[in-house]
Amino acid sequence: MSSSTSFATPKFEVKSHALLRSTATKIAVENLDFFYGKTQALRDISIEIPERQVMAFIGPSGCGKTTFLRTLNRMNDVIPGTRVEGNVTIDGADIYATGADVVELRRKVGMVFQKSNPFPKSIFDNVAYGLKINRVTSSRSELEGRVEEALKDAALWSEVKDRLKTSALGLSGGQQQRLCIARALAIRPEVILMDEPASALDPIATSKIEELIFDLKKQYTIVIVTHNMQQAARVSDLTAFFLLGKLIEVNSTEKMFTAPNQKLTEDYITGRFG
Amino acid sequence: MTSLTALCTLVAVGILVLILSYIAMRGVSALNFRFLIDTPRPIGEGGGIGNAIVGSGMLLLLSCAVGIPVGIACGIYLSEFGGGWFVSAVRFLIDRLTGIPSIVTGVFVYAVIVLRMKHFSAFAGGIALALIMIPIVARTTEEMIKLVPHSLREGALALGAPQWRVTIGVVLPAAASGIATGAMLAIARVSGETAPLLFTAFGSRFFPRNLNEPIASLTVQIYNYAISPYDEWHAQAWAATLVLMALILSINILVRFLTRQKFR
Repeated sequence: MSSSTSFATPKFEVKSHALLRSTATKIAVENLDFFYGKTQALRDISIEIPERQVMAFIGPSGCGKTTFLRTLNRMNDVIPGTRVEGNVTIDGADIYATGADVVELRRKVGMVFQKSNPFPKSIFDNVAYGLKINRVTSSRSELEGRVEEALKDAALWSEVKDRLKTSALGLSGGQQQRLCIARALAIRPEVILMDEPASALDPIATSKIEELIFDLKKQYTIVIVTHNMQQAARVSDLTAFFLLGKLIEVNSTEKMFTAPNQKLTEDYITGRFG
Repeated sequence: MTSLTALCTLVAVGILVLILSYIAMRGVSALNFRFLIDTPRPIGEGGGIGNAIVGSGMLLLLSCAVGIPVGIACGIYLSEFGGGWFVSAVRFLIDRLTGIPSIVTGVFVYAVIVLRMKHFSAFAGGIALALIMIPIVARTTEEMIKLVPHSLREGALALGAPQWRVTIGVVLPAAASGIATGAMLAIARVSGETAPLLFTAFGSRFFPRNLNEPIASLTVQIYNYAISPYDEWHAQAWAATLVLMALILSINILVRFLTRQKFR
């Protein structure tokens, strides 16, 4: 198992923009164990996530992929009785070190949730929330500029520019999810974690989110959890397969879906279980 | 089934309408502008409830100023920050507190404040009412905050918001209309209270000048007039009741208006 859990520099195909992107490691995880009370949810996970690429986590329900995603911005901290062992470093800094600033970490590592969760505020205030909280902008016009930019980056601007003051809850499901992406983008994180961002959306809204992910990886490191293997194949450069709290295989997406190294991966991908 | 529930609803609403219309009918005869601004006078000279209206207003403001912030803060603590046996104990005590007869609260405040200050005061009355409000506000705040979906909190936390900013900026606004309803219930409850004021605010025949002396209130004035042997005062008690109900209704409407949920 140890050979499969260590991660070699991927031999991905040279795509048109691939030369521009670096393969430097953004997030490095070593021997991570995670517990909900006495239940161990993650076992000895080691993985390196390169910057400005999309890595997809796949695996059956309850395999720990969402739990693992949430360890990367310490979102599990808010669940009582959880415990983490092992190392997670982002840009070389240990995020679980004593004295590590969780607030700072979450500014750097944004998150989009499975169920879109816009605040019951206006569209503008939703995107502006992170900017205000973090005192990013010094003037109203700067704030408006950043909100517009974030909405444009999330491919939502043209649909909402005339109704910024109206409630975010009046948007469609797909729009709400893109609003949540805009909200995360507004504070210019370096990493974006996406927890099944399209699972509750129809195919058209899903394809918009997927196009968006494709655009965003030019600037951001993206980690996406997905149930949908076609989606993983479409959007990601790299894929990691989890099973029963273990990381079974990490590989370039192309390799993963054509000739995986592990028998278990192949069984899962070909639909023999899960 | 439908007809049975409809019938029960009709009975409940019917009784309410009956009470309201009866009060209006009895009250309207003694009601005039002079009655609303004058102080009480001896029998045969008319007089009014102006001082009682002002007094009730001041007592309510006082009790809100103490009871609502403390109640909301307590509710926030119970739902957001607490855990374990301490919170369970506090919740249990608050529930018991809600059930304490208001006369007991009045006697309690009499013992710890009035006796010590050696005189009745608006201050003591306001505290007595606040003590009745706190458990109501605290429990509704707690329940309303619990209804705010966890995903909203996580969304805010994931943007780098510290816990206290999540509570104030996201959770409280999302629960605001529910909390306001709780506060309104508490206000409506205490504005009808008489017993706790008898031993604390006591009552007065004059307009209030400061919070350190006895103060008139509508409920105590209604009580005093209703038990008097004079028909004129009985009529004034009915009119004062009508005014009290109108005031409570307008407070309700005002609070609804101020806290109407823009984004729902």
